[in-house]
Amino acid sequence: MRNMFGRSLFGRSWLIAVFIFLYIPIVTLVVYSFNDSRLSTVWTGFTFKWYVDASHDRELIDGLIISLKLAFMSATLSVIFGTFTAFVLVRYGRFKGRGLLTSMANAPLVMPDVIVGISLLLMLVALQKWLGFPERGIGTILLGHALIGTSFATVVIISRLREIDLRLEEAAMDLGCKPFQVFWLVTLPLIASALVSAFLLTFTLSFDDVVIAAFLSGPGSTTLPLVIFSRARLGLDPSINAVATVIIVVVSIGVIASSLYQLRAERRRQREVADAYAQGKS
Amino acid sequence: MASVTATTDREVLLKIDGVSKIFDGVVKAVDNVSLSVKKGEIFALVGSSGCGKSTLLRMLAGFETPTSGRIYLSGQDITDLTPYERPVNMMFQSYALFPHLNVWDNVAFGLRRDGLKGAELAERVDAMLSLVQLSKYGKRKPHQLSGGQQQRVALARSLAKRPTLLLLDEPLGALDKKLRETTQLELVNIIEQVGVTCVLVTHDQEEAMTMASHIAVMDEGYFLQVGTPDEIYETPNSRFVAGFVGNVNIFEGKVDEDEPDHITVICPECTHYVGHGITGTSGMRVAVALRPEKIQLSSVQPNKNHNWCAGEVVEIAYLGPHTTYHLKLKTGMVLKVQQPNLTRKMADDLTWGDHVFAHWTRDAMVVLTE
Amino acid sequence: MRKQSIMPRLRRLFTVRNLVIGIPMIWLFALAAAPLLLVLNISLAHMEVTSVSSLWHWADNELTLKFNFGNYLYLGEDSLYFDTYVSSLKFAALTTLYCLIVGYPFAYFISRAPEHLRTMLLMLVMLPFWTSFLLRIYAWKALLADNGVVNNGLMGLGVIASPIHMMHTSFSLTIGMVYAYLPFMVLPLYATLVKLDGRMLEAAADLGASPFKTFWLVTVPLTKRGIIAGSLLVFIPAFGEYVIPELLGGPRTLMIARVLWDEFFSNNDWPMASAVTIVMILLILVPMALFNRYNDETRLGEKS
Repeated sequence: MRNMFGRSLFGRSWLIAVFIFLYIPIVTLVVYSFNDSRLSTVWTGFTFKWYVDASHDRELIDGLIISLKLAFMSATLSVIFGTFTAFVLVRYGRFKGRGLLTSMANAPLVMPDVIVGISLLLMLVALQKWLGFPERGIGTILLGHALIGTSFATVVIISRLREIDLRLEEAAMDLGCKPFQVFWLVTLPLIASALVSAFLLTFTLSFDDVVIAAFLSGPGSTTLPLVIFSRARLGLDPSINAVATVIIVVVSIGVIASSLYQLRAERRRQREVADAYAQGKS
Repeated sequence: MASVTATTDREVLLKIDGVSKIFDGVVKAVDNVSLSVKKGEIFALVGSSGCGKSTLLRMLAGFETPTSGRIYLSGQDITDLTPYERPVNMMFQSYALFPHLNVWDNVAFGLRRDGLKGAELAERVDAMLSLVQLSKYGKRKPHQLSGGQQQRVALARSLAKRPTLLLLDEPLGALDKKLRETTQLELVNIIEQVGVTCVLVTHDQEEAMTMASHIAVMDEGYFLQVGTPDEIYETPNSRFVAGFVGNVNIFEGKVDEDEPDHITVICPECTHYVGHGITGTSGMRVAVALRPEKIQLSSVQPNKNHNWCAGEVVEIAYLGPHTTYHLKLKTGMVLKVQQPNLTRKMADDLTWGDHVFAHWTRDAMVVLTE
Repeated sequence: MRKQSIMPRLRRLFTVRNLVIGIPMIWLFALAAAPLLLVLNISLAHMEVTSVSSLWHWADNELTLKFNFGNYLYLGEDSLYFDTYVSSLKFAALTTLYCLIVGYPFAYFISRAPEHLRTMLLMLVMLPFWTSFLLRIYAWKALLADNGVVNNGLMGLGVIASPIHMMHTSFSLTIGMVYAYLPFMVLPLYATLVKLDGRMLEAAADLGASPFKTFWLVTVPLTKRGIIAGSLLVFIPAFGEYVIPELLGGPRTLMIARVLWDEFFSNNDWPMASAVTIVMILLILVPMALFNRYNDETRLGEKS
């Protein structure tokens, strides 16, 4: 059965075809960042000039810096609030407003970005009229990104919290920990890996977002995706390809390195468990 | 319900007074239980899963609050104390060792919460590790240890704070059968060495009998019987206890003669002449419990009027030290008989289809009125 | 007696507990719930020069509430809105279908690959997901343009004589959407497929089912959860997608998010934009509710 279906020629071709589909745009982006011609998508020769151009492009560089700052702050807020939300939903059992909290945490996952952007903008405008602040800028984009991020972080952290053996927390309490110490000394270290994943995920979400930023940005808060988006609307720009290539290389190295690290750590762990077991038998 | 009768005059350490636990307003997990445990005793709560033993243990640890009743430790009411305020420590089922801490830090965890530091801390932790013979393993993480070693770390961790009361939740449940037997004795040795009073929860009656000085058999939130292991085994007070602890044959019958020093019970299979009196009347319906190892087999008909019956061998299970036979009696009842293998297995031993006579003495059985 | 001793403790416990509950509650209410309530509020108002009319009015000890359902009525009357909703649903449904057709065999073959390969293949599926979504969509512009990579390639091979017009059509929009959302379909499908017990398939084969029948009668029903989860993960965001239609779609490929954007930024009609938003939310809630009910039912089914 397995051999008939899983490792057939058909199976292999399907896998390869879909992977080509997934990777061809990325490869094109990279290849054309080295293409000499500006106007045409025809290959005319190899060049680094778009990288030089991009490095002198104030708009792109400023956008990059803003986006990195924003993503860092958004990921931090998301992980903090995501941890609170997940902890309350997993550990606090029944309480008044549980259903409300669940739906509020889930809503941004299913709401289109356009809706999140519009609704937040309308609220900020109303607030501004009423209180005189906040001005639209990085801060207001941050609110939008941190909202989306909180929801995604909550999902990641909830699934880890559910895995943790409750007896570990009981054991800590039994050995003299007050509830806050239990969280700080046992729960937090155990969900640390999920916090890191949530941080990376929410960082990426913020670094990638165009729509919410478009609604909530103000003067001086043009993020990198906003710059790219406004240029992409007009047509093709090889400087964007250069920036894209840098981003792709950095991200790929990061992702591949971390998966290799995880794979190794997991293998080492399995070996140690097997060793300990064998030793216990003898 | 029942409480332990004083066997020694040691002081009572733990007193459970009419404790009940009702979940969600309806589910009675523990139902009006009272119990005293003396200092230095190892006390076992046995029962099948869902009988309330774990809930009772969790109330002793402070993870659950009783719906009613009080718990006293060394005379002090601890019912409303949180787990971290009680001088009680627990060794958890499947150990609950902190996976992010090494062995040393696991053992040091509780001591650090008491503010111990430096040389004093090191001394206490090292002493604990050497007690459980894991001095060399301090730097290892829990997953780098075998099941038996993990169990000893868990024990060291729960003993490190020198608790007044040690709770053991299925202490050997995660070990395989062979390891369990040696570990049982090891565990008892360490506990006795430290001299800590101990309440142990297990579903394994053999484990309870080997380790504990007193046992409470629980079912549906009640204590069915509380006593020493031999009391529970030799004089069970109900069909449930007799069946739960070890193997048993139950004959249903009616009391015929009712004298202070003996009674006779007439059953469809045979007439029992029992060498002890009961609190009951003649004509009362009772059950006679007879352990398989207290029955003997012979090929000739016994020369007495009671305490024997004839049957056909329908099943033989050779277990090495002894063999278990199933005899089918004329009423259709199957009688389990266990025979020690005093000699090596012989060709002329009993085999399937053989007709034999089973007989036993007047002191072999116990009459159950419940 | 007992109550007296436990009440102070409970009270102490409840304040800390409520504080911890309160933090995410307030944060999410301020950012998720309040803005949506405001949108609902505005959708029932009408535009007054530079601001939105107030729904309630207090004068002479009398509270007057004025709801303006005109925006919603207009949504029903104007065929542009209706057509756009329909067209958005259509594109989202097509995207979901294509993702399923491409993604199911893909996930199946990955789940049946040798174990050491599986991790790597999965990483390869995830990798584009971590790199910028916007840039990957942008890349399709270079691929599908009249003088783009695909046309040049096909002409170079002699398959076609003149470029096929692909950009800014429903074709480019659909391919961009399938491309962007394929991983969302593959991952939940993979998760259910990999858990599939190989012995069950062997049992079906042993009982005389052909490979195709086994697949249809055993594999597909057992992975229903993955199919439903994956479909929703594609359908819902595809329905409200803005960036892909903006970059790859054309004037004739109507998507609701673009109309909403224009209503908001170009026409400045906030009450109208709010009404469009509310209807969009309602349309999303239907599949969500169905999914939740299905989830509850299967959970209950597993318990009993």
